[in-house]
Amino acid sequence: MAIKDYEPNMVLATKKFDVVGTRPVRHDGTDKVTGRAQYGADFTATGLIYGAILRSPHAHARIKSIDTSKAKSAAGILAVVTAKDFPKLTASRDEYVQLGELNTRLGYLRDNILADDKVLYKGQPVAAVAAANAHVAHEALSLIKVEYEVLPSVLTAPEAMKGNAAILHDHLKTEELGEQTDKVSNVAQHFQHVLGDLEKGLADAEVVIEREFNTATVHQGYIEPHNATAFWNKDGKVTIWCSTQGPFEVRDASAASLGLDIASIKLVPMEIGGGFGGKFEPFGAPVAAMLSKITGKPVKIVMTRAEDLQGTGPTPGSNMKVKMGVTKNGKFTAAQAHLAFEAGAFPGSPVGAAAMTVFAVYDIPNVVVDGYDVVVNKPKSGAYRAPGATQAAFAVETVVDEIAEKLGIDPIELRLMNAAKEGTRRADGPVNPRIGCVEVMEAMRDHPHYKAPLEGKNKGRGVAVGFWINGAGESALTLRVNSDGSVTLSEGSADIGGTRTSVAMQAAEVLGVPAESISPQVVDTDSVGYTSGTGGSSVTFKAGWAAYEAANDVKAQLIERASKIWEVDAGTLEYGKGEIKSKSDPELKLTFKELAGQLNSTGGPVVGSSNLMPPAIGGAYAGCIVDVEVDPDTGKTTIERFTMVQDAGKAIHPSYVEGQLQGGSVQGIGWALNEEYYMSDEGGMMNSSLLDYRIPVSLDVPMIDTVIVEVASPTHPFGVRGVGEVNLVPPPAAIANGIYRALGVRMEVLPMKPASVMEAVWKK
Amino acid sequence: MPSKTHVQTTINGEQVDFLCEPRQSLLEVLRDVIGLTGSKEGCNDGNCGACTVVFDGRIVTSCLVLGVEAAGKEIGTIEGVASGSTLHPVQAAFLEGAALQCGICTPGFIVASKALLEQNPNPTEHEIRFWLANNLCRCTGYDKIVRAVQDAAVRMQEA
Repeated sequence: MAIKDYEPNMVLATKKFDVVGTRPVRHDGTDKVTGRAQYGADFTATGLIYGAILRSPHAHARIKSIDTSKAKSAAGILAVVTAKDFPKLTASRDEYVQLGELNTRLGYLRDNILADDKVLYKGQPVAAVAAANAHVAHEALSLIKVEYEVLPSVLTAPEAMKGNAAILHDHLKTEELGEQTDKVSNVAQHFQHVLGDLEKGLADAEVVIEREFNTATVHQGYIEPHNATAFWNKDGKVTIWCSTQGPFEVRDASAASLGLDIASIKLVPMEIGGGFGGKFEPFGAPVAAMLSKITGKPVKIVMTRAEDLQGTGPTPGSNMKVKMGVTKNGKFTAAQAHLAFEAGAFPGSPVGAAAMTVFAVYDIPNVVVDGYDVVVNKPKSGAYRAPGATQAAFAVETVVDEIAEKLGIDPIELRLMNAAKEGTRRADGPVNPRIGCVEVMEAMRDHPHYKAPLEGKNKGRGVAVGFWINGAGESALTLRVNSDGSVTLSEGSADIGGTRTSVAMQAAEVLGVPAESISPQVVDTDSVGYTSGTGGSSVTFKAGWAAYEAANDVKAQLIERASKIWEVDAGTLEYGKGEIKSKSDPELKLTFKELAGQLNSTGGPVVGSSNLMPPAIGGAYAGCIVDVEVDPDTGKTTIERFTMVQDAGKAIHPSYVEGQLQGGSVQGIGWALNEEYYMSDEGGMMNSSLLDYRIPVSLDVPMIDTVIVEVASPTHPFGVRGVGEVNLVPPPAAIANGIYRALGVRMEVLPMKPASVMEAVWKK
Repeated sequence: MPSKTHVQTTINGEQVDFLCEPRQSLLEVLRDVIGLTGSKEGCNDGNCGACTVVFDGRIVTSCLVLGVEAAGKEIGTIEGVASGSTLHPVQAAFLEGAALQCGICTPGFIVASKALLEQNPNPTEHEIRFWLANNLCRCTGYDKIVRAVQDAAVRMQEA
C-alpha cells in the first residue's frame, strides 16, 4: 500500500468546527466542585444495611470447611452467605463473560466473587455477612471459622511455569498454539505471532541486542474503593447501585452469577471515582444482592483500601525477553519477544494485548512473538490503561535505546527510520490504517524540550514511544429535544473523566447549538440500549459517534416537521447552523429553538437515537521526553522535566485531552519509580495501604507539558481516536533510558526504585 | 453495641447536634450520620486526603478524627465552601481550569487549597505542591490542579 503524504500535527485542522475543539465547562463539574456529586459509597436508601466480606488469609489453600453458625447467631447479624448459597454452576461454568477489555469464564468469575473449594490468593472472598451497623458486620467476620489446608504457592510467571510448580487449577489444561492439549499446568495459554522469517532477519542483522526484563504487579490506584449497593425486591427484581466502568458488563456478570435473567437486574451507575481499567469486575455486587435476598433490605458493601489492594484486579507482573536485530545503518531486520504475564489466580492476563502492541511502533519485516498467560497465586489481573502495553514497551523501548546508543544514532531519528506507517503489517496480523506514529515522533524531535541543553552531573534525557490498540464497542444514545430548545442526552457510557461533555459537544456540533444547551445524562441499564464499558479509550469515540448519528436523526426529523409547518417538500429544506431553512425561499427559516417550541403541535416529541457498533479504527501512538536526575549514592530518581506527545485523532475538548496525557504520564512515573506489590514468601501483599503502596504525590512531579497531535482516525466522523490510555505506555521506558544516560546503567526491572538502581550500579 | 454520645458542634457555620458511637470517625459521622457525603473516604487511614475538612481553623483528614472530638469545635466541609449559588474562587478555578477528572479527590483538594490561600495568598508552585502533598489525585497528574490554585490566588486577590 502506498504511503500517503501527511501534514505534520494536523490533518483535520483544515476543517473548522464551532463546538468541537473548544473548552466548555463540563456539565457535571459544579456537582463535583461542591461535593454534591453522588458516588457509589454516597448512595443511601431506606432500611440500608451493610455487608462485609471475609477474605482468605492464605495465597493458596483448599477450603476444608466453613462454619458460619456462630456468626449467624451473633447479635446484630442479619445474614451470612458463602458460595454454597449461590446457584449451582453446571455446564455454564466455562461460559465466557465479557468484562471490558478482558473476559473470563463464569466459573472463574464466581470463584472470584466467593471462593468455593479453593482459595487462590490472599484476599479472595470466602464468606460475607450483613448487619445494620457496618462495624458490627466487620467484627462478625472473625466469628466465621474456616478450616484451610494450606498449599504451596507460586508468585511469578517463571516460577509457575517450572515443571515442579504447585498447580493452581487441577482442570486447567494448556492451550498450545491454538490447540487444546491435555497437559495440566499453570500456563493457560501459549500463543505465537509470526511475521516473515526471524532467522533470516537475525542473519541480516549486524548488531543484535537481547535483554531480559521483569516487572512487578501494580495497581490502578483509583482513589475511590470498589463499592456496590444492591436491593433484591420481593418481585425478584434486583437493583444495583455502584461505581463501575461497565454498567452493562457488571449487570450481565451479576445476572450470570446469580442465575437471573438480564432483565431482572437494573444497574444504576453512580459517579465513579477513577477506574483506569480496574472497575469492570462485579466483585461485591452479587454478594450484596444475595445478602439482600436473605434480609429483604438494601445492602451496601464498600471495600476498605486494604481489601481493594489485596482483592481487586491489579495489572500483572511480567517476565519478558526481547531480542532485536539491526543493520549498521539503523534498519531493524528482526525482532523477537517472549512475554510471560501473570494472570493472577484465573486465566486472562493482558498478554494478548502486550503481544499485539509490543513491536507495533515499528516496521520490522521478521518478527516472532510468544505470549504466555500464566496463573499465579495473586489476585486475578485486571485491565490497567493500555493493559499489557506498558510492560511490553518498557522492554522494547529500552532495547531500541541501546541500539541507538550502539550505532551512534539519535534515538528519535532511529525510531523515525523504522516507524510504522499506514500499510505496515503488525506481527499479529492487522495492516495499519492511517496512523500518527511518524507525526508523534516528529513532534517529539521538534519539541523545544528535546532541543534544550541538559546540564549538570547525573542527569539524563530519555525518550520512548508506545502504541495502544484503542477499542470501540456497542453504544446506544438518545437525544430528546425539549420545547425550549434545550436537548437532553441519555447515554450508557459511565463518565470517568469528562466524557459527558466530550460526547455532548459532538451532538452540539451537528445540531449547531452550544454545548451548554445539551444536558448529558448517564442513565441506568433499563433506560438505554446495551453500551459496552468505559474502557479501551472508547467513550469519546463510540458514544461521540452515536451522538453524531443521533443528532443527524434529530436533524432529519426537524426538517420533516418544518416541511409540515410550511407545507413544502422536505427535499426543499436544509439544516444550517442551528436553523432549518428553505434552500430557495429566504422567508422560510426557523431556528432550532423556534422549531423546538412547535414540536407538540406538529406531531409530538422528537427523539433522535443511535444504536451502533462502530469499527475500532482508532489505534494511537504516544511518545514522551523526560529529564531525570539520579542520586548516585542513593539511587533516587527525580523527574525534572516531562513532555508527553500523543495523537488524539481529534481533540474534542482539548483541556480534558491534556488532562489524560498528564494523568497517564504521572501514573507512568509511579509505575516506573515506586509502585509495586511487595509480596511475602507466603504470598501476602505486605504494603496494602496508600502509605506503603505509594502513588505519586504533587511534590514528586513537575508540570507535565503536552503536545496533542491530530492525525484523524480514518473512520470517525470527527476523526477521534480515543485518548485515555496510550499515554501510560512510554513513560517507564523513557525514564529507564533517562537513568541510563544519567548513570550508565541499563534498567531491566520495574519499579526502578532506589534499591534497584543501586543494584544495577553495583553490578556494573 | 456501645451506647451513643450526644455531640454538639458547628458545621459550616450552623450548630449541629448528633449522636455517634465513640468509635465512629468524624468522616463517618459527616457521611453516614449527618448526610454530608461531599467528604470522601479513599483510605480511612489519613493517606489520601479525600476527606480533608477544616477543624477549628486547621485542615485535618476527618477519618483520623473521632466524631466525639467535634464537640464544641468549628468544622468546615466542602459543602460550606460556596456561598449560596456563588462558587468560591477556588471552586471556579478548578471547574474552569479542568482541574478534575473523576472528581473523587476534588472536595479534599478544594478544602485544602482554600486553606492554603487563606494563609498564603500568593504561594509559589513549590509551596502549592508541598501543601497539597497529602492529597492524592490519580487522574490529573496534578498539573491542572496546581495551575487552578495559582489561578484561584489571582481571583481571590482581585475579589
